[in-house]
Amino acid sequence: MKTFKIGGVHPEENKLSAGKPIEVFPIPQKVFIPLSQSLGAPSKPVVKKGDVVKVGQLVAQGEGFISSNIHSSVSGTVTKIEDYPGAAGYRSPAIFIDVEGDEWDESIDRATDLKRECLLSPEEIVARLKDFGIVGLGGATFPSHVKLMVPAGKKPEYLIINGVECEPYLTSDHRLMLEHGEELMVGISILMKGLGVTKALVGIENNKPDALSHLSKLAASFPGIEIHPLKVKYPQGGEKQLIKALVNREVPSGKLPIEVGCVVNNVGTAFAVYEAVQKNKPLFERVVTVTGKSIPKPANYMVRVGTLVSALLEHSGVNPEEGMKVIGGGPMMGKALTNIDVPVVKGTSGILVMPASASKRMAEVSCIRCSRCTTVCPMGLEPFQLCTESERGFYELAEKDRILDCIECGSCHYTCPSGRHLLDHIRVGKAAVAKMIRARAAK
Amino acid sequence: MNLLTVSGSPHVHADQSVRKIMFGVIISLIPAMLVSFYFFGLSAIILTLTAVVSCALFEFLIQKYILGNVPTIGDGSAMLTGLLLAFNVPSNLPVWMIIVGSLVSIGIAKLSFGGLGKNPFNPALVGRVFLLISFPVDMTSWPLPQSFSTSLTDVVTGPTPLGIVKEGLKKGDALTDLMQQVPDYVNLLLGNMGGSVGEISALALIIGGLYLLFKRIISWHIPVAFIGSAFVFAAVLNFANPEAYVNPFFHLVTGGLMLGALYMATDMVTSPMTPAGMLVFGAGCGIITILIRVFGVYPEGVSFAILIMNAVVPLLNKAFKPRRFGV
Repeated sequence: MKTFKIGGVHPEENKLSAGKPIEVFPIPQKVFIPLSQSLGAPSKPVVKKGDVVKVGQLVAQGEGFISSNIHSSVSGTVTKIEDYPGAAGYRSPAIFIDVEGDEWDESIDRATDLKRECLLSPEEIVARLKDFGIVGLGGATFPSHVKLMVPAGKKPEYLIINGVECEPYLTSDHRLMLEHGEELMVGISILMKGLGVTKALVGIENNKPDALSHLSKLAASFPGIEIHPLKVKYPQGGEKQLIKALVNREVPSGKLPIEVGCVVNNVGTAFAVYEAVQKNKPLFERVVTVTGKSIPKPANYMVRVGTLVSALLEHSGVNPEEGMKVIGGGPMMGKALTNIDVPVVKGTSGILVMPASASKRMAEVSCIRCSRCTTVCPMGLEPFQLCTESERGFYELAEKDRILDCIECGSCHYTCPSGRHLLDHIRVGKAAVAKMIRARAAK
Repeated sequence: MNLLTVSGSPHVHADQSVRKIMFGVIISLIPAMLVSFYFFGLSAIILTLTAVVSCALFEFLIQKYILGNVPTIGDGSAMLTGLLLAFNVPSNLPVWMIIVGSLVSIGIAKLSFGGLGKNPFNPALVGRVFLLISFPVDMTSWPLPQSFSTSLTDVVTGPTPLGIVKEGLKKGDALTDLMQQVPDYVNLLLGNMGGSVGEISALALIIGGLYLLFKRIISWHIPVAFIGSAFVFAAVLNFANPEAYVNPFFHLVTGGLMLGALYMATDMVTSPMTPAGMLVFGAGCGIITILIRVFGVYPEGVSFAILIMNAVVPLLNKAFKPRRFGV
């Protein structure tokens, strides 16, 4: 069975919510919609205090090449636009809306029938994704329309669809594939048309046999879409690893997937594309897994953007506990929240709760040079070396040892028997090396 | 508002620790330990215990009273060093000598470089070589194995099979006659021969080595390269002149080759970080071992070979990088 070749680990899967159908999460009383929800520049608000908005109405406009539009997820009145601490604790502007009813913009088609035929031209598809604020829902939130705009001289061959969901605990993509398979396939066809390719490869790890067989059956009536089972191995959902697994090509160091003729999109994104193009529905809600060994009701919810994490936790029966850890995303790459009163954003794939007893790291001891970090690194780096170089400030050496190739998957720290904080130091080193390179270029 | 725990990702950890690795190695040494207790009796038990206890004690005392660190004997690495040191000396070595050896292993070879993970040379081997050059007579008088005896005095000593061959060839004896004087291959494999405490039974060591491989504490690269290169080199010599050079299989089951290849050379701290580096390191160990055994003054060369290759590890780490993705 296909997989990537270098490195990788097998963390416990703990897909506690895999059997839980997607539930519609109750509309909250107020939402906080951050203006920075995608990679690139923050969006500029087009509403002001006191404005009445409908569900799906544009509230902030993307500015610059890499940025995206933001739409209201509720109907109600804008109460203020001001800075609010986000997931990492940094303050950034957000639109605050008090909810009144649930009045959708008239142009949105709320019927659940499947619309297969896409009448838009490739250019219109790109424009639609831009207007409707579609971004990569796998976690990186890269604006989707930019991915479809292939740079001159490059030729896309494959659309790669990421249904791997290699992060432990998370099941939102899994549920989406099971419950919205047809819409997903149409979404993939639309992306193929927008990109101008005739082949799409969907990679799904074989720990999701139900999703594999369901989509394989559907794929029979969608020419050009192939479903590929992959051997379970983290971080297969990393785009470089996924491309390697599916088409056996390596994205060159420092380059984008288009260099090897591939464009990668997540299954969640493909579903959002379907809704935007076929149902005129902008991206303002998404599937969020709320999970953890200690929580009473692990579940998958369809959540409006701007809903507070604390509301999700309360709904799932979590009693906040001193010292617990709440993670936005999965346990390998997710970010620990500094505050549970932060909003769900377009990039929130899951909320993982760890009790205080499981949230501390093990004590750090000396490196015993066991070389496990080197063995598991999917980029073929030497994490122990990069860690020391970053700690000591030897950034030239770190650059030479390819620190910028690190995809921050965390396999090194995960596997280290000495409990070294390898990735912490490497992240610091990456930032310093990037700064050093910018300074060099500016000279 | 409750306080949340915040840290960088990843938030989960493999069920691994230094302690687990060290005790894993100690467990894998149990078969060889039992064989040595069977053949060498009470003296082997006393020697092994003394080495383990004195290594742990020296580590504790030096860390606490000289270096002022929090002692780390709980990680099991000092006990493992003691065990391996005892395995590398004759069972009738005076007890005070093994205590001196422990002090050299822990104090000089390990802690003076900064402790676990920072020592360039294998501590147990440094201790052994120190004893060998300081007390050459005691370190080369080998008790011959006898089924379990509690006697501490009336042991019969004699040369190891490697010693018999080396001395005999020097005197000009025919190799075929010499091979009559050493135990047959079954006994060599089981460990019924003169030798250091833990090195005698190739079979018991291989069982322990397989456990280490199964537990993924070691990888196959160093043992295979070590044993393979020693075998090939010895086979080439044997093929060139069967009258002067002994059968390559004889090299594999005698002396410390198995103990060295499976346990001493695979020490994580003092071996290379990449598979390619490990293969070169292992091959170097195997070739130098045979060079010393065949052309050197000493009948046995495993310890020297590994220590020499330990010194090359930083270079190997520079020369052999992992296969990079997308380069």
